[in-house]
Amino acid sequence: MLLSVRNLCVDFHGEDGPFRAVDGVSFDLADGERLAIMGESGCGKSSVALALMRLLEGGGVHVSADHLALDGRSLLTLDARAIRSVRGGEIAMIFQDATTALHPLIPVGAQVVEMIRAHRRLSRSAARTLALSLFQRVGIAAPERRLAAYPHELSGGMCQRVMIAMAIACRPRMLLADEPTTALDVTVQAQIMDLLLDVSAESGMAVILISHDLGVIAGAADRVAVMYAGAIVEIGPTETIYALPAHPYTRALLDTAPRVDIGVGEPLPVIPGNVAGAHALVGCQFAPRCDVAVDRCHSARPPSRRIGDRHEVACWVTTDTAGADAR
Amino acid sequence: MSMGFAHRPRRPVQAGLRRFSRHRFAVVGLLVLLAMTVAALFAPWISPFDPDRIDVAQRYILPLSADHILGTDDLGRDVLSRLLSASRVSLLIGVSAMLMTLIVGFLVGAFAGYCGGWIDAILMRLTDMLLCFPNIFLLLFVAVFVPPSRVSLAALIGLTSWMEIARISHGQIRSLKQRDFLEAARLAGASNVRIIMRQILPNSMTPMLVAAALNTANAILLESYVSFLGYGIQPPQASWGNMLTYAQSEFAIDPWLAVFPGAAIALAVTSLNFIGDGLRDMLDVRLKSR
Amino acid sequence: MGSLILSRLVQAAVLLIGVSVIGFTLMHLAPGGPLAFYTNSPGVSTADLVQMKHAFGLDRSVAMQYLFWASDMLRGNWGYSFFGGRPVRELVFERLPATFELMGLSMALAMLAGTGIGVVAAVRKDSLFDHLVTLWAMLALSLPTFWYGLLAIFVFGERLGWLPVGGRSTLGAGEDIAGHVTHLVLPVGVLATVIAAQWSRYSRAAILDVLGQDYMRTALAKGLSPLRILIRHGLRSGMLPLIALAGLQLPMLVGGALVTETVFAWPGMGLLFVNALSYRDYPVLMALLMLSALLAVMGNLLADIASALADPRIRLGRSA
Repeated sequence: MLLSVRNLCVDFHGEDGPFRAVDGVSFDLADGERLAIMGESGCGKSSVALALMRLLEGGGVHVSADHLALDGRSLLTLDARAIRSVRGGEIAMIFQDATTALHPLIPVGAQVVEMIRAHRRLSRSAARTLALSLFQRVGIAAPERRLAAYPHELSGGMCQRVMIAMAIACRPRMLLADEPTTALDVTVQAQIMDLLLDVSAESGMAVILISHDLGVIAGAADRVAVMYAGAIVEIGPTETIYALPAHPYTRALLDTAPRVDIGVGEPLPVIPGNVAGAHALVGCQFAPRCDVAVDRCHSARPPSRRIGDRHEVACWVTTDTAGADAR
Repeated sequence: MSMGFAHRPRRPVQAGLRRFSRHRFAVVGLLVLLAMTVAALFAPWISPFDPDRIDVAQRYILPLSADHILGTDDLGRDVLSRLLSASRVSLLIGVSAMLMTLIVGFLVGAFAGYCGGWIDAILMRLTDMLLCFPNIFLLLFVAVFVPPSRVSLAALIGLTSWMEIARISHGQIRSLKQRDFLEAARLAGASNVRIIMRQILPNSMTPMLVAAALNTANAILLESYVSFLGYGIQPPQASWGNMLTYAQSEFAIDPWLAVFPGAAIALAVTSLNFIGDGLRDMLDVRLKSR
Repeated sequence: MGSLILSRLVQAAVLLIGVSVIGFTLMHLAPGGPLAFYTNSPGVSTADLVQMKHAFGLDRSVAMQYLFWASDMLRGNWGYSFFGGRPVRELVFERLPATFELMGLSMALAMLAGTGIGVVAAVRKDSLFDHLVTLWAMLALSLPTFWYGLLAIFVFGERLGWLPVGGRSTLGAGEDIAGHVTHLVLPVGVLATVIAAQWSRYSRAAILDVLGQDYMRTALAKGLSPLRILIRHGLRSGMLPLIALAGLQLPMLVGGALVTETVFAWPGMGLLFVNALSYRDYPVLMALLMLSALLAVMGNLLADIASALADPRIRLGRSA
């Protein structure tokens, strides 16, 4: 197993009091596998990604996990130097808004070269040659000229291509893509997703794709983890999640996706209520908004249970009935 | 290395007052300033002595003596009474100069931003230039031509310190102009003046409050500079600044004479700076979430 | 870039004309006019006054006087001091070195130290060091500079007797480097401490602003070392506003040390200005006003150019 995460928790200790952004997340990721983490904004999916890179330390943030290992090596106990070689070298990350993720005052080519030379012993000119071929690989036209360009001279899609070039520069084992297409135009979105899938397939790189976009996820991921209020409520193969969603939240999420079969004038479906605030709930976090919740949902947290092939769900109602069926 | 990136999840915006009160220093500053203001208002009744009463038999009495808690100065005047009397002048000048900066700065900034075009360019460029002019220089240059008094000093400080406010209100108005509700107001037949008063003023209030607190602090400091050099409040009326003028020559004999007015200035200025910080935190949620 | 400089130069010229007209008008609106000082002196007769008025060209109309004054000014004839009759330009140039020495040294020290302290305070935000720096800045900025001057004179000059309390050199000591330095210590120490406090606030805020940017997170995610991130990525953008600020503080070279020079009897332009104020020596006042206006204009221009050079977004002409 490439990546193994058990009971990952992230706590923010802000001036508004403690806040648990990630609440006991567990999952595994195989080599070359593509996992999507799906959820509404604020559900903690970005915090999971940053925690994997150990980018959340300091500033009143506490990260803990029973087990957090890349290739069997615990990420939590790595010293500063070792974690730096993981960042960018073994796990690369691309962000939502590439135009602000690139340094505005450094030519983009130099930013890629810097990444290469931080991890590989290459001369400046060799690194530049590599950067040039990477630019070609990610489909940047006139790459020679673009190396010297500043981010503000490039479009959003072009900046994201630069970020991808930078991410694959050191042949990492795994790529974290945090909403990589959200800030882009729809036509560009498809191109960037195609490019991402292409480069990951080519190098056998595993991908964790973080998104709230059901369409993007459907076309890209082998498996989907659905997050709600800091916890994974359901995880399973993409086809299973989309065809047979087991958690009431997943069903509601899929129902909200705009579909062509909704008639003109009919209201778009919404999930009533809001995400519970300070995680004060004893039971299931989704219970207050759930239309099938029973008493037990309010009094005890449902554990994650296996209900099918690689398909797990944390819901009292579903697991009780599904379990009965299975028996 | 504490360059962690705490991406704090969005939470409902807290009530402004709660934010302010959470800023402990700002609350302390507010209380101190209130206490100073009350003391200044009631100075004639709570002063142990007439602040101008000269008593050559009682010169250079050290602080904490029976009659004179803060001692007496070179002419035997009671330092506490003079300090209280001075606080009336200095605080009043601070506040009225601040109001002046608000009015002038807002008018310049609003006018420039509202008109746009070359009027805007010239006025704001002028503001930029004046901003980097040392304003003590400008202030003294003008102060020489005007007979010194409380009113003239407040006006002069106000007239030489409005630039920051002008920039704020200018920026606010430029961004507000982009929004639709001004067009709506105009279509509804509102006059330009009415638009400025009813729509723009309330919207640019918040950052200006912060600048107002800092401007008051600055005005108090400027008063002390000008009075120290002899172009401000004239004796026998005491001000925090001119009390220090005499302290200069008496420093070797009685350093306490410099300590108390200095402490009064520091207390008022620090309180105002803290209040400014508190207001900034209270109004700027974006800053807070860092 | 060229057009930016050109438009700024035109604005600068307009501003200088504006300042001179205002200054000139003020002097002539003042009660008693420029010669008020003499009008009130018992030893000066009316006939003397008329003659003086003619000698100084004060019997012409104000507009004419302004034109004459302005053209003289441009040709480098800055007029003659009302007191002593020495050419103003000579007086000013005599004082320039002292002020440049005092302010240049103070500002250079303050900017270096203040920026460094501010950067460390920002990186170690909320640490003990950060809180101490905040406290220091608060203290330094909440009292008038002259108060610290008085304190320094009292402690180091009078009580401890370590350092001279005023002037630029000891009378009769001749050219003496060591003596010169000891005279510099107190005024430079006071000014540098106060300016550095201000500067540490600026740089702390600038760096904090940068640390919160997306691209700093990217730099961390690239696996770069913290020092490299801070220097190559953080300071590069954090210094931008500071470069502009440094330009804007140029006029402080003339006016910034006004009160400090008075307290330490430092024979620079600040003291010249304060003395000219008390004598209403208008030619000197006008010259100093124009000089600091000129520096303000140049400072603004330098700030614009410096940030344009450092920022490709401006340099490449996307926004001006």
